[in-house]
Amino acid sequence: MIHSLFLINASGDIFLEKHWKSVVSRSVCDYFFEAQERATEPENVPPVIPTPHHYLISVLRHRIYFVAVIQSEVPPLFVIEFLHRVVDTFQDYFGVCTEAAIKDNVVVVYELLEEMLDNGFPLATESNILKELIKPPTILRTMVNTITGSTNVGEQLPTGQLSVVPWRRTGVKYTNNEAYFDVVEEIDAIIDKSGSTITAEIQGVIDACVKLTGMPDLTLSFMNPRLLDDVSFHPCVRFKRWEAERILSFIPPDGNFRLLSYHVSSQNLVAIPVYVKHNITFREGSSQGRFDLTLGPKQTMGKAVESVLVSSQLPRGVLNANLNPSQGAYTFDPVTKLLTWDVGKINPQKLPNLKGTMNLQAGASKPDENPTINIQFKIQQMAISGLKVNRLDMYGEKYKPFKGIKYMTKAGKFQVRT
Amino acid sequence: MLESNKESLKLEAMKRIVGLISKGKNASELFPAVVKNVASKNIELKKLVYVYLVRYAEEQQDLALLSISTFQRALKDPNQFIRASALRVLSSIRVPIIVPIMMLAIKEAASDLSPYVRKTSAHAIQKLFSLDPDQKEQLIEVIEKLLKDKSTLVAGSVVVAFEEVCPDRIDLIHKNFRKLCNLLVDVEEWGQVVIINMLTRYARTQFTSPWREDAMFDENNEKAFYDSDSEEKKGQADVKTYIMDPDHRLLLRNTKPLLQSRNTAVVMAVAQLYWHLAPKHEVSIVTKSLVRLLRSHREVQYVVLQNIATMSIQRKGMFEPYMKSFYVRSTDSTHIKTLKLEILTNLANEANISTILREFQTYVKSQDKAFAAATIQAIGRCATNISEVTDTCLNGLVLLLSNRDESVVAESVVVIKKLLQTQPNQHSDIISHMAKLFDNITVPMARASILWLMGEYCERVPKIAPDVLRKMAKTFTVEEDIVKLQTVNLAAKLFLTNSKQTKLLTQYILNLGKYDQNYDIRDRTRFIRQLIVPSEKSSTLNKYARRILLASKPAPVLESAFKDRDRFQLGTLSHSLNIKTSGYQELSEWPAVAPDPSVRNVEVIEPVKEWAPSVGKAKQSKSEDKFYSDDEEKEENASDSSSSDDSDSSSSSSEESGSESEEESNEESEKTSSDSGKSSSESETEPKNNSKKATRKKKPADSDSDESDSKASSSSAESSSSSVSDSDDDSEPPAPQKKSNVKARPKVEVKSKKEVSLLDLDDFSPAPMNAPKPSVFSPSLLSDLEGLSLSNVSSAMQVTTPSFGPMKTFELLHHMTGKGLSAKYHFPRQPCLYQPSMVSVQVILTNGSDHTLEEIHVGDRSPASLHIHCFNTIERLEPRASVTVSMGIDFSDSTQAANFQLCTKEDQFSVSIQPAVGELLMPSTMTEADFCKEQKKLLGMNETSATITMTTANTSSQTINKQVLSVANVGVAPSSQNNFHRFAGRTVSSGALVLVSLELKESSSALLTINTEKSIMASMLLQDLKQALTEA
Repeated sequence: MIHSLFLINASGDIFLEKHWKSVVSRSVCDYFFEAQERATEPENVPPVIPTPHHYLISVLRHRIYFVAVIQSEVPPLFVIEFLHRVVDTFQDYFGVCTEAAIKDNVVVVYELLEEMLDNGFPLATESNILKELIKPPTILRTMVNTITGSTNVGEQLPTGQLSVVPWRRTGVKYTNNEAYFDVVEEIDAIIDKSGSTITAEIQGVIDACVKLTGMPDLTLSFMNPRLLDDVSFHPCVRFKRWEAERILSFIPPDGNFRLLSYHVSSQNLVAIPVYVKHNITFREGSSQGRFDLTLGPKQTMGKAVESVLVSSQLPRGVLNANLNPSQGAYTFDPVTKLLTWDVGKINPQKLPNLKGTMNLQAGASKPDENPTINIQFKIQQMAISGLKVNRLDMYGEKYKPFKGIKYMTKAGKFQVRT
Repeated sequence: MLESNKESLKLEAMKRIVGLISKGKNASELFPAVVKNVASKNIELKKLVYVYLVRYAEEQQDLALLSISTFQRALKDPNQFIRASALRVLSSIRVPIIVPIMMLAIKEAASDLSPYVRKTSAHAIQKLFSLDPDQKEQLIEVIEKLLKDKSTLVAGSVVVAFEEVCPDRIDLIHKNFRKLCNLLVDVEEWGQVVIINMLTRYARTQFTSPWREDAMFDENNEKAFYDSDSEEKKGQADVKTYIMDPDHRLLLRNTKPLLQSRNTAVVMAVAQLYWHLAPKHEVSIVTKSLVRLLRSHREVQYVVLQNIATMSIQRKGMFEPYMKSFYVRSTDSTHIKTLKLEILTNLANEANISTILREFQTYVKSQDKAFAAATIQAIGRCATNISEVTDTCLNGLVLLLSNRDESVVAESVVVIKKLLQTQPNQHSDIISHMAKLFDNITVPMARASILWLMGEYCERVPKIAPDVLRKMAKTFTVEEDIVKLQTVNLAAKLFLTNSKQTKLLTQYILNLGKYDQNYDIRDRTRFIRQLIVPSEKSSTLNKYARRILLASKPAPVLESAFKDRDRFQLGTLSHSLNIKTSGYQELSEWPAVAPDPSVRNVEVIEPVKEWAPSVGKAKQSKSEDKFYSDDEEKEENASDSSSSDDSDSSSSSSEESGSESEEESNEESEKTSSDSGKSSSESETEPKNNSKKATRKKKPADSDSDESDSKASSSSAESSSSSVSDSDDDSEPPAPQKKSNVKARPKVEVKSKKEVSLLDLDDFSPAPMNAPKPSVFSPSLLSDLEGLSLSNVSSAMQVTTPSFGPMKTFELLHHMTGKGLSAKYHFPRQPCLYQPSMVSVQVILTNGSDHTLEEIHVGDRSPASLHIHCFNTIERLEPRASVTVSMGIDFSDSTQAANFQLCTKEDQFSVSIQPAVGELLMPSTMTEADFCKEQKKLLGMNETSATITMTTANTSSQTINKQVLSVANVGVAPSSQNNFHRFAGRTVSSGALVLVSLELKESSSALLTINTEKSIMASMLLQDLKQALTEA
C-alpha cells in the first residue's frame, strides 16, 4: 500500500520523510517537481503522477504537498482520503498544520505516522484512539514533561481499539455535561450575468461538540427530515434507524466531530440570500475601465448578512484599480490581479457599493471576458434550507445534559458571472 | 547522551535522532548506541528506538540481531499491546536471517486471543512475504486460518494480506464469503475498501452476469427475494429466467449502506462494485453519492470525476439529472475543469444540448485559455454526436474565428476542419471565410489546417485556393514545418485540379521545398514531384496521382478520451492513469455458468450437541441457522405428508434435506408451490406470517424483511449442516428429531425480532440495550451478526428459549376515553431486559387526536407494591404518529391485573394490564429424562389433569404444539413417544417449574396433565389449554 510519505513545502523543499517499508530515495520526488513546474498554479499539479517504478499521489493542503509513494495497484482515493486524514490529525494535534508546526513537533508527527500506518495499511485513524496512544502536546504538558521527564505516550492500549464503540473511550467524565450541535449550511451557486440562478445547491453539515459523562445514547430528530436528500454519517450513527424512522440515533464520540453531512434535495428551490448589481465595462481603445458593484440582501428572513467578502480575479490587462467603497475596505494586488473587498455587514438601508475606475495596460486590447465575482457571507441563526432540529434526547445516563443547537448559513462556492 | 544514565537525556537524544531521520539525514553510525536502549522501560524511548531500528536494521543487519531477543521476550508479554507492537517491529526489521523467527511469531500471533494481535499478525504476513516470497505456502495457511476469524478488526487486514500474497487463491474465500458480507458494515473503513474490491473480483468469477437482455428477471427476482412470504409471485417465477444467486444479492445489499460512509474511498469502492456487479437498473443508486463526493477536496474530485467520466460514456442517464453539478466554476483547477467538460460533453443529448451549449459559451470566454481551447473541442464533439446542432455549433465556431485570442481561433479552425470533413458538401462559404482570416492567423497548426482544407476542397473554392497558394509561396521560407508540408500538399492538389493557373507556383514551391533544411520536407517534395510532374520514368504512378492525392478521406471520429478506460476496474489506480499498473488484477468476465454455489456453504462440525445447554456463541449461531433450514424443511415436508403422521414427516425431512444445499431460490419456489396447494400446510405458515407482520408494524417496510431474508439465505448456507445432523438423528428414535423440528419455529420467530432490536440497538427498549459490553467479548460479538443476536440474551438465562405465539394485541386505552391517545399492548415473549422477574410488555401509543400530545409517562400505580419498569417519558407525540415502548411488569406469578395511570401533560387515564396465565411463563428446555424426573417430584397436590376431546384435525404434532404455544409461553420438551407431547416452562417471578404433558388416546381424546407448585396457575392454565385444544 503506501510506501513512503514526503512532505514538501511551497518552495519545493522536502522537509519530512517517512518510510513504512524499505527506504525509497527522495530522488523519486524529482518527478513530482517536474510536474509541478509544468503546472502553472500549485493547484494544477495532477494528484496522481506515474513514474517508472512508483506512483506518486499527492495532496495539497495548507500550502504543503503531502506526497505518498506507492508501488502497486491501490485505489487512489484510498490514499488521498488517508492523506487528508493525516492532515486533519495534524491540525487536530497542533492547531495548525504548517511547516513550522510540523517541524517543531517532529517527534510527535513521527509517532503519529507510526501509529496510523502499519506496513502501509491504515491502522488507527480515529482521533480519539490516537489521542489515547499519543497525547497531544499542550504547553502545560510540555513543561511538565521537561521537568518530570514523563512522556506523552500512552501506556495502555486504548480501549476504543477493541470496544464495541471504537470511536468512544470508556470512563469519560465531565462536571458540566453539554452537547452542542451546529447546523451549518453552505450555498453553492452560480449566478449569471442577468442575475438569474444557473445552479444552486445547499450542502449542510452538523458538527457536534459533545462533552457528556459515561456512555450516553443520543437521538436527534428533525422537524422536516424529508429535506435531507443524500446524507453521509459519522460511523457512530445507526443507519437502520435512520432508514426506518429518519431519526439519528448514536453513541457520540467524545469531543468535536462531524455527525452528518447532507445534501438538500435539488427539487427544493434555493433561496439566494444576496443579490449583486454590477457594471464592469472596458472600452475599446481607452485605457480605462469602469467598475461599479452593489450588494443587497434578499430572502434572508430578516436575518442580517454578515462577514461579507467579495473577491474577483480581474483580467490580466488591468494595471491598477481606483475604487471607492461606501463601507469596508478593499485591496487590489497588482501582481495576482486579485481584488478583494471586505464588506462586513450588509445594511439594508444603505447598500454597500464599490465604485471607481480601473487602469489598463496601455495598448493592450480590451479583455474579452468580465471577471467572475466570488462572494462569501454568513447568516447566523438560520438554516437556509429550513431544516430544523426537533428534539434531542439522551438515554443510558441519568443526568440532564445541557443542550444547544445553532444554525448558520454560509456561502460555499458562490459565484456571480459578469 | 545515549550512554547517559538518565532517561530524560536519552529521550532527548533519541528525539534529535528521529529529527535527523525525518529530514532524510543519515544517522546509521549511531546504531550500536541506539540499539542498546531497545530494552528500555520508558515507553516513549522504546518507541523511538523502534522507529530507528526499523529504519536502519537493513543496513546494519548484524547489530540488529542483538535486539531480536528483546522482541521475542515481548511477544510473550501478558499485555496485548506490547505483544502487538513487538510483532510489528520484529516483522518490520527487514533482515533475511530472522525469517524463521518471524514465521514462528506470526503463526503464534495468528492464534492469539486478542484480535488486535491477530490483526498485527495479518500485517506481518505481508511484510514477511515481501522479505521472503519462498514462505508463500506457509503464509497461505496462516491466511486461511485468519480468514476464518470472526473479528471485524482482523477482517480488513487479512484481506489485504490475501490480496498481496495469494490473490489468485479464490478458493480460500468461498467459505468466508457470507461472513465477510455480513461483517462488512462493522469493519473499519480502510478494511471495507479492500474487502469490497476483493469481493468485486470474487463475484465476477463466481456469479453469472445479471446483465442479460431480459427485462423481466429482476422484477421477479427482487420480489422473490424481498417478499419471501408473498406466495403467488414466487410461484410464477419461471425457472428459465435469470435468478440472481442469493449470495450475489447478499453482497449487493450489504454494501449499499456503505454508500453513506464519510470515507470517500469506501463510497467509491461501493460505486465500482455496483457498476461491475449490479443489474443495470440498480447501478443508478450510486449516482447521488458520487455526486456528493464532488464537494470534497480537489484531489478527491479529480479521481471521482475521472470515474464519472468513464461511467457517463456508457450510461448517460445515470448522471443526467445531476448535470448542473458538473458546471464549471472559475475557481476550479484546470484538470478539474477539463474533466467536468468531458462529462458535460458525454451527457449531451438532443434534449439538453442547448443548455450545455449556452454554458459552453461562457467557458469559451474564460481567462484560462487552455480551458477555453478544451471547450471548443468539446463543442466540436457535441456537434458531431448530435446532428441537430451541427450547424449551430459550426456557426458559433465561425464566430469564434474573429476572436482576438489566437489560441482560441486556432483551436476553432482545427475543430471546424474536423467538422467540415464530416459533411463537406455545403460549407464553401466557411472555407472562403477562413481563407480571408488566413493572414491574421499565426498559429501554425491552424494555418496548416486551413491549407489542408483548401487543398481538400479546392474544387469548391476554385478562385481562392490559387490565391492562397500564391501568398504561401511568398512566405514559404519563414513558415513552420507543418505549414510547409501542407503548402506542398496544397500545391500538389491544385496542380492536379487546376494545373493551368498553378503550374508555375507549384514548380516554385517544390523548388523551395527541395532545398529546405528539414529532411521531411525535402522528402515530401521529392515524392510529390515524382508523383505529379509527368516524366517518362514514373508513368505508372503518375496515372494514379489524382486518385492518391484526392481520394476522399474518412472523417475523423471525435470521441472521448475516456472511451477505452472501461477496460480497467473503476476506482483503481490503473483506471486513473489509464495504464496497467503493477499488481493490477484484471476483472474477469462473467462466467457463462456459475460455479457451484454450495462451496460457500459453511460446514458445521458438531451438529448434534447443539441442544446442550452450555452457552457458546458459535454454537448458538449455528443452531439458529439450523432452525431456519429446519423450518423450511418442515414446510416442504408438511405438504408432502400433510395427512401422514408425525414420525413420517420428520423422516421425510431428513431425506429431503440433501437437496437443500442447492440454490435457495429453487428451494423457495418449491416451498411455495407446496405451500399454496394444501390447506394443512397453509395453516402451518400462517402464524409465521402473522407474527412477521407484527414485527413489521414496529419497523416499517423492508428493513426487517431484509433481515429475515439475509437470515434465510444464510440458512441455505447452513442447510447442508442440518442435513448432517438430521441424518445423524435418523438412527435414533424419531422423537428427539421431532423436538428439534418443532422447536425450530419458535426460535426463528424470536430471532427475527431480536435481531431487529439488537441491530438498531434500541428499537424496543430505548435505554439499556446498547450499553457497552466488556471489551474482551464484544468486538467479535458485535461483528458476528448471528452470534450477536442470541448470545447476549442467553448469557443471562441459560435454559430458556423464548417461544413464539401469535401476537395477540390487547387494548389498553381506547382513543375515545383517552382523548385521542390510544394504547395497545401485547406480550412480545422476550425475556425482560430490566429484571429477570419481570414480564416484558410492549405498548404501542398512538396519537389519534389532531394536536400534539406531550409528556406521556406512567403515573401512580396500584397495588403500590407493583414493580413496573416504566418507559422513558415521551416528550412529544405528533398527531397520527405512534410509538412503541416497552415496559417490564413484575406480576408476581398472579394474574392480578397491573393497574397504573398513563399520564399526558394534561390528563391522566387509569389503565390496567391483565396478563393471561400463559404469559407469566418462560420457556425452558429440558431432556426427556429430566422432564420425567421433575414430573415425579410434582405429583399429588401439584398435579392437575383433565381429559379432553380433540377434533381429529388437531392431532398432528404441529398443530398441538402450535395451540399450546399460542396459549402459554412454554418450551417444547422432547418426547420419545408419538402420542406424548411435553412442554416445560418456569414462572417468570419465582421460577417455579411448570410442566405440561399431553397424552393422546384413542378416538381423539387426550389426557392433559399439568404439574406445578403453583396450583392456582395450574388450574387456570388447564382451562386455557383445554379451550384452545378443543376449539380449534
